[in-house]
Amino acid sequence: MPVFQIKEDISLVLCGEAGQGIQTVETILAQAVKQSGYNIFSTKEYMSRVRGGQNSTEIRVSSHRVASYVDRIDLLLALSSGAINHLRNRISSDTLIMGDTEHINSVKNDKTGGNIPDSNFIEIPLMETAQEIGGPIFANVIAAGALSCLLNIPKEIFDGLISDMFTRKGSEILEKDLKAGEAGYKIGIRLMESEGNQIQLSLQGQSSVRDELLINGTDAVGLGCLAGECRFISSYPMTPSTPLQNFLASNAHEFELIYEQAEDEIAAINMALGASYAGARSIVATSGSGFALMEEGVGLAGMIETPIVIYIGQRPGPAVGLPTRTSQEDLNLALYSGPGEFPRIIFSPGNLEDAFTLTHKAFDLAEKYQIPVFILSDQYFADCYYNIPSLPLEDVENENYLVKTTPEYKRYLITHDGITPRGIPGYGDGLVIVDSDEHDEEGHITEDLEIRTHMVNKRLIKMEQIRKEAVAPELGGSEDYQSLVIGWGSTYWPIREGVESFNKKYPDQKLGFLHFKQVYPLHQSVAEYLEKAEDVIILENNAQGQLANIIKLETGFEIQEKLLKYNGMPFSVEDVEERIIKFMGIANEGTGGYDETMDAGEVLK
Amino acid sequence: MKPKDFDIPGADVAWCPGCGNLSILRSLKTALAELEIQPEDLVFVSGIGQAGKLPHYIRGNVFNGLHGRSLSPATGIKAANPELMVIDVSGDGCMYGEGGNHFMHTIRRNPDITNLVHNNMVYGLTKGQASPTSQREFNTPLQVDGVFLEPFNPLAVAIALDASFVARAFSGDRKQTIEIFKAAIKHKGYALVDIFQPCVTFNKVNTRNWFRKHTYYLEDDHDPENRNLAFQRATETGEYPLGIFYQNPTKSTFEENLSVYGEVKKPLYQRKFDKEKLRTLVETKR
Repeated sequence: MPVFQIKEDISLVLCGEAGQGIQTVETILAQAVKQSGYNIFSTKEYMSRVRGGQNSTEIRVSSHRVASYVDRIDLLLALSSGAINHLRNRISSDTLIMGDTEHINSVKNDKTGGNIPDSNFIEIPLMETAQEIGGPIFANVIAAGALSCLLNIPKEIFDGLISDMFTRKGSEILEKDLKAGEAGYKIGIRLMESEGNQIQLSLQGQSSVRDELLINGTDAVGLGCLAGECRFISSYPMTPSTPLQNFLASNAHEFELIYEQAEDEIAAINMALGASYAGARSIVATSGSGFALMEEGVGLAGMIETPIVIYIGQRPGPAVGLPTRTSQEDLNLALYSGPGEFPRIIFSPGNLEDAFTLTHKAFDLAEKYQIPVFILSDQYFADCYYNIPSLPLEDVENENYLVKTTPEYKRYLITHDGITPRGIPGYGDGLVIVDSDEHDEEGHITEDLEIRTHMVNKRLIKMEQIRKEAVAPELGGSEDYQSLVIGWGSTYWPIREGVESFNKKYPDQKLGFLHFKQVYPLHQSVAEYLEKAEDVIILENNAQGQLANIIKLETGFEIQEKLLKYNGMPFSVEDVEERIIKFMGIANEGTGGYDETMDAGEVLK
Repeated sequence: MKPKDFDIPGADVAWCPGCGNLSILRSLKTALAELEIQPEDLVFVSGIGQAGKLPHYIRGNVFNGLHGRSLSPATGIKAANPELMVIDVSGDGCMYGEGGNHFMHTIRRNPDITNLVHNNMVYGLTKGQASPTSQREFNTPLQVDGVFLEPFNPLAVAIALDASFVARAFSGDRKQTIEIFKAAIKHKGYALVDIFQPCVTFNKVNTRNWFRKHTYYLEDDHDPENRNLAFQRATETGEYPLGIFYQNPTKSTFEENLSVYGEVKKPLYQRKFDKEKLRTLVETKR
């Protein structure tokens, strides 16, 4: 009988149907892991349904920092019969599978889907125990308890979290959940002590991790909004932007801001522009199709030079696409949205610190240049959690760009840099006139073609300063690189981990990684970075290489190698490393049973 | 104050001579002057169309936005700074066609704004097509067989949604129009005034004389707080009643319901950033 010894970086996956409470297990375990001093990363993939289907959550527990998704599964907890088949491609001969007898047996007996050795299965009496406690709804907490026990998480920490979560549901439910956790721990102890299925997990906890922040991409953007003094958000719920809407709505009282659920995305952006015109820093949050409805409003923001921050949580399209999956398909949409020509900025944060800092910056730059500023996120980034030491709160300062008007005030006074000091109605003795038609300096409608030309120039000349202020891409990996990997947005950590792992194995290869956190306009250093490399490969979660095309447009540099993944799943660390090995022309030495054939929706161009 | 305090000297007015918009503009200036409202405290919000140009001919702050969308920025402005008086000026195409969804949901929100809708039953700016309020059998270059859609009934829709103030005026009767405007502006909450007006260029059916012949004022003893009766009167066709159909003085406004104005009444732009609060929130994530 094998002894499952799992090293210092464990990939734990929970899989079951929607409605089985996997989210609860994730929340409890993530906190428990961190409070025990282990580093934690979690990500979920789920179907667009409220009940049924197969949803899974990956929790990486590690002695060192982890922030990216891996395909590898060390320990799978299957809460449904379909769970194992759902994850079949990610299960290897090293994967330990725990589940109820019923679920395990249905897979053992079905030999069509590959051959997982019987010794990889561990039956645990989840349902039976749950029934004893009070019904199937307790199965999730029992499972959490068992895993928590296997991870050596002190029971007091676990019980504390159960109390935090269930106290509000009343003492009877709390008591049963504590009992469920207890039963889970007993199962865990039995597994560790039994001779047949001995599991040993060896992890090094660090006390410093306990005091770190545990947040996800949505929280980081949301905190950035609060730091940027966001006072108004009007939006329409749409996955995966809804969590940001929830975050801001839940903080509306404390931070004196307004959340309004608009009747549609058109109303949302127009309402936000009204609030911004009246001096409230405003944001809208949406996803691809919802943003498509906002496009007319983006043009309005451009024309009336009124600040707005636009958060797009990307998901696969076109149209409704795959509502709960991830993609980087809406860069073109953001870049080319709105009729006519006007300046804009597009940020694409890839780690939590940048998400916070760039969101704060988005509010600042929107006010400074009186333009729309975009934050491109996606389902993967919005939903993934990991621990970080802190956020740079000390750097947060907000400049006030509003001026008190005088009777002579002209909203569109032509200035050398295109920026007219911005007045708002009710602050001063002047009048603030904005018009979606072409307008004169006062803001009144005009069809004077000479004024028209001046106004176009006034709006576009702001790009000069905006370009100078662009955020530089971040270089990682080898500093004197010969080959360069390019990525943007949420692929930051998977690529970084893949490149670091590659560089460790092949130290003489000199591989660099250039990550773009601002995708428009590009920083002036970009061309230089690219020209220095002998070979360049770009990784994007879309089918056309949208950033590669923008890079070509902006710098003339054509990236030949594109690794594009557009099946709705994020790049995993294995994906990245595997492809880099191919790209670098190194013979594959095997990466732990990874299928040689390419996944669906993955193309190496 | 005098109506001329709202004049913009040298404004290049784009309306036809004899246009109902001119009377509406004059009536509005008079109503505002009589209410002693300062132009600096006023924001005119409009969309696109001939009516949407009105804010360019009257002194005040202006947000002339997109076609059909005016109620959304109007709501946003009022929410961000309730001290401002917000008047939305739209036409029948803008408000009832392109902006129909916003019309319904703004009524539900009930912001304290006045919504003046110039209703000439035709599209002027795009030159003579049917509007949502065009009457049946109205011929246009696009409706070559005549309009056969049911005309949109804004008053009935508004009353059905329990809009807090619903009235109809006729631009040709300035005296009564001024009184209706004043009542709408003074009303706390969303106030709709649908204004019949002739389009002298594109509507040869619903002319000034047609409106005179086909309208009459609600009786002095009409009870504007009787919603069912108001709805009934709003569905009258053939002869169209004018005046204040319905008023619900008990409704709270959108702004009053916003938690940001619970204790502090200051407009949002005057609020101060509190970094300590942010720090405290971040600490809870540890």
